[in-house]
Amino acid sequence: MKNKELLFGIGLFIFFALIPVIGSKYTIYFNAQLLFTILFATSLNLLVGYTGLFSFGHVGFYAIGAYAFTILYKTYGVPFGVSFVAGPLLAAGAAVIVGYLCVRLTKIYFTFLTLAFAQIIWAIAFKWTPVTGGDSGIVGITPSSLLLPLNNTYFFTLGVVAVLMYVMYRIAHSPFSLVLNAIRENPNRAESIGVNVRLYQLIVFTISGFFAGFAGVLFVLLTRSVFPDILLVTRSIDVVAMVIVGGMYNFWGPMIGAVVLLYLNSFVKAYTEYWLLVLGTLLAVVVLFFPSGITGIFPWLSARFKLVAKKGELNA
Amino acid sequence: MLRVEKVSKSFDGFLAVSQVSMRVKEGEIASLIGTNGAGKTTLFNLITGHLRSDEGEIYFKDRRITHLHPYDIVRLGIGRSFQRLNIFSRLTVFENVQIAVISYKKKALSFLRPRERLFEDDTERILDDVGLSALRNEVSGSLSFGYQKQLELGIALAFEPELLLLDEPTAGLSAADTRDAMELIVNVIKARGTTLLVVEHDMHVVFSISDHIIVLHQGRVIGDGMPEQVRKDPEVQKSYLGESL
Repeated sequence: MKNKELLFGIGLFIFFALIPVIGSKYTIYFNAQLLFTILFATSLNLLVGYTGLFSFGHVGFYAIGAYAFTILYKTYGVPFGVSFVAGPLLAAGAAVIVGYLCVRLTKIYFTFLTLAFAQIIWAIAFKWTPVTGGDSGIVGITPSSLLLPLNNTYFFTLGVVAVLMYVMYRIAHSPFSLVLNAIRENPNRAESIGVNVRLYQLIVFTISGFFAGFAGVLFVLLTRSVFPDILLVTRSIDVVAMVIVGGMYNFWGPMIGAVVLLYLNSFVKAYTEYWLLVLGTLLAVVVLFFPSGITGIFPWLSARFKLVAKKGELNA
Repeated sequence: MLRVEKVSKSFDGFLAVSQVSMRVKEGEIASLIGTNGAGKTTLFNLITGHLRSDEGEIYFKDRRITHLHPYDIVRLGIGRSFQRLNIFSRLTVFENVQIAVISYKKKALSFLRPRERLFEDDTERILDDVGLSALRNEVSGSLSFGYQKQLELGIALAFEPELLLLDEPTAGLSAADTRDAMELIVNVIKARGTTLLVVEHDMHVVFSISDHIIVLHQGRVIGDGMPEQVRKDPEVQKSYLGESL
């Protein structure tokens, strides 16, 4: 990890760790939500930003993680620790199957097939009432007694997210991610340097599904419930928007996107019901003027300043 | 080293390559020439697995490679560059070559290892060979066309190919740049002992560097031999060289 990024990461951790000390119950709840959303958006960016795969079905693996954990833990009484890890593993297993079919397609077809699978998972969650609770979902999920107080849930969420973000950071700076970048830039050329493009796409699809599954489990631990609404198409759009707004070519981009959109959502909704109008306008501005997102603005500004300084030197 | 036997390929009824047979011997510089649409790039794509032949067989060092995937063929020792620029344009010059080295050394599935200085020496050596060391940190998409061509060569060399297929490596370059580029290519492949099969339109370049020339016309081989034999071949003269020389 570069020193600047290490300091940034530590600073962030300290900031989030101080929330329960200085914030209200609502603030703690809101930031716990923010933490697993950051995890969720960053996991999606392994596909979107690093590999160039626009998945609109990522919410499916989030939901599988959430439902699998809930069903194992609440319905079958599987120990908390086992259920906690099994949820993401089952999400990854589902990602292997879905990914195997999806990575055969490219661009728009890939995107729509992922969306279709998310809809299938929604239909299962909605209709398979004896197992999933149907429309009402499953409520009253009481986690391990240690996690009953909100503060404990918050710190647990913070710890898990910090560890998983670190793992994703390492992946994002590994030889594997450079190969993903090559696939994003030029899949034909990538094949010519010995890369089995579909295999690598499937691997990253599975890894990404695994992390999304963890985000789903953390959602259940906080809300103590799971329901089919978490699979709505708008949820998929929200998380893609976080990646785009924050910047898909930067590891920290989705995190910044999640922070901006969740805080903005909370602020705007206090004054108006037209949140989608605000979101749409913001997305249009970013896509048109800052295609590399918020994190792309700083390098762009720095390049502009250098250019102006150079022109000044030449004129002098 | 490379043996192509009666290979054909058609697209929607159009026969792009018809019953083509040819050989490239180890250590030689072979050129594949022909008019636009003669089937040269299609033949390259068939050899490197980017296209599947309708019939015929292709052998590399006596191993059948027909219908293998491009990523398997490159690992057997056949590298290539493309007619149109094919680099990873958002990545730096260093990363473009580093990816190829990582893939060649089978370290692409390292998930947690930092990549920053991985195979730095190997990558630097290749950049040095193709004259791009000074530009290692530049974003490759911002380089001039000529430098991007050199980078393509660097990417292809990362696999230490025994046979290198270059598809119009000097296309789009000025006459002076063409001479420099070909000099660079010939020096690099001779230093490495690499066999070269090149598609090139500049006949002065072709006849000055080639040990062996294959002429394609409308998907068929109409000439195959030493440069002087090919130059004197009446059918080649009539179909192609008459226009060029």
